[in-house]
Amino acid sequence: MGFRIIENIVSGDFAFEAFGETLEDLFASCAEACFSAMAELSKVDPKIDYSVDISADNLDDLLVDFLSELIYLKDAEKIFFSRFDINIDADNISLNAVARGERIDYNKHDVKVDVKAATYHNLEIKQIENGFEVNVILDL
Amino acid sequence: MERKKVAENIWEIPLSHKPGMRVPARIVASDNLMNSMDEGVINQITNVACLPGIRGYAWCMPDGHHGYGFPIGGVAAFDTEEGVISPGGIGFDINCGVRMISTNLTEQEVKPKLRELINDIYNSVPAGVGKSGFVKLNRKSFEDIMTSGASWCHKNGYAFESDLDHIEQRGKIPGADPSSVSEKAFKRGLDQMGTLGSGNHYLEIQTVRFDETCDRDIAEKLGVMEAGQIVIMVHCGSRGFGHQIGTDYLQSFGKAMQKYGIKTNDRELACAPINSPEGKAYYGAMACAANTAFANRQVISDSIRKCFSKAFGKPVDRLEMNLIYDVAHNIAKFEKYDIEDKSTRLLVHRKGATRAFGPGNPELSGLFRDIGQPVLVGGSMQTGSYLLMGTKKAEDLTFGSTLHGAGRVMSRTRAKKQIRGSNLQQIMEKEGIIVKAASFAGLAEEAGFAYKNVSEVVKIVDSVGISKKVARLLPLANIKG
Repeated sequence: MGFRIIENIVSGDFAFEAFGETLEDLFASCAEACFSAMAELSKVDPKIDYSVDISADNLDDLLVDFLSELIYLKDAEKIFFSRFDINIDADNISLNAVARGERIDYNKHDVKVDVKAATYHNLEIKQIENGFEVNVILDL
Repeated sequence: MERKKVAENIWEIPLSHKPGMRVPARIVASDNLMNSMDEGVINQITNVACLPGIRGYAWCMPDGHHGYGFPIGGVAAFDTEEGVISPGGIGFDINCGVRMISTNLTEQEVKPKLRELINDIYNSVPAGVGKSGFVKLNRKSFEDIMTSGASWCHKNGYAFESDLDHIEQRGKIPGADPSSVSEKAFKRGLDQMGTLGSGNHYLEIQTVRFDETCDRDIAEKLGVMEAGQIVIMVHCGSRGFGHQIGTDYLQSFGKAMQKYGIKTNDRELACAPINSPEGKAYYGAMACAANTAFANRQVISDSIRKCFSKAFGKPVDRLEMNLIYDVAHNIAKFEKYDIEDKSTRLLVHRKGATRAFGPGNPELSGLFRDIGQPVLVGGSMQTGSYLLMGTKKAEDLTFGSTLHGAGRVMSRTRAKKQIRGSNLQQIMEKEGIIVKAASFAGLAEEAGFAYKNVSEVVKIVDSVGISKKVARLLPLANIKG
């Protein structure tokens, strides 16, 4: 699992390509990419747990809705997340996850740029030989 | 790509470019800018041209660059009977905008106190990810802000009454409906009043410059009297509140499109008929966010005024810290234009584009009815910004719209690879610009070289006649969110 930042999109946004052997890994990679745009993830300790339950009409929407929920919690609860335990029910297109992180601390987290939203722009989860991949653009 | 130059600095992409285009697309650009225009902009503006009920042309301004849904710099007007409203034509940061405040101080007077001043403002205007504001709100007061915008600031001691006359639509868009706002949007925005945000948002102390093409008479009428005069510019929007409203409705409009049988070329162009319950609900929520953004910039202005007053030991009125203007550049508004010689009410979407009404427009009042509406163009933090005026020509040609900034040419990631934020800060200090940033990484992403040449894009709108150049504004000190 992991992600790679895409450089050549001329925009004010943050584009990345994520990979995962399983859908759970893929979603966790996307969540890590999202929070790595905002802070140095290695400095965000997994001290506080938040449960997230989401269902959607399709897997692409499930991913956008999952990222949107984490972005919402970032502002509403003033928290950065760095660890994600995710269970996905692909038949029912739903997930339950535990996101772990800590309250935003400017002295500790090497804070970067705010993520305003996850977009649907050209977003399509694709099955590849060893798992799944997706391109995501976040609005900064 | 098929394109034709229909006038100097105006290009047309015809209906034959893409199946489903209902109107041609038009791009305001020099030969140079057109040749280097990102292919994504062409694709996105021609996708906009396919939306139901679009009238005239789908326009893109010369600062246009690749976004999602609409390009940044996109302008499109929709018939109120047959047309649609699209969150992707407004952006997540609803009523992101710019305001400019005058002073009677000179560069010489301010420079010795600049560092102290910018540090004090930095402590008074929270900037960056996850920062809370100093204004404590509850549900009732937040709902008041949603419906009354900048007027709330006047009632609560954050604005002079005269400020309201200098805000687009007096800082209060009608039709705001708090019942269309989700609990999440409410919670996300509740503690962010008076905060700058992050990304390309900034607060800048600037000095005025004129060249021979600037209209000095208009400048004087606006209170911009001489070169070296200090002014302040603020660029920010509706913060997490607006971002959540954009997220909520983009999500729900997927279903609305199925219900109304609307298909778009891009999911980010999700839309609903203007007159449908879904379209009306989004408009009501968008207006709440727009009003909140006007209030946010007003509360920030109040903090800036207090810092200047403290630094110079004078009351605000003696420093003549008057609001020159406040404009939205991510918004949809009902306006009237002549379509086939008939006055028609349209919903004009501007995403990274500024309203640019000229003299005599009935929606303007007082001084602005006589001289037109100021247009504030935020350039990059290194190269400067512009004060322009709207024109009658803009109303005739581009649905009363013009550019909003310089426009990006380089992605954030690439900019960050070219320079470290701390190096950029040193370079800017050598250039005489003090920078205070919530994040060094965020600072590097906003380097001057990541943007088009602001003077070139301003020259284009000036020559096309959709705006008129009044003054150039050079940065002296900048707070970056």
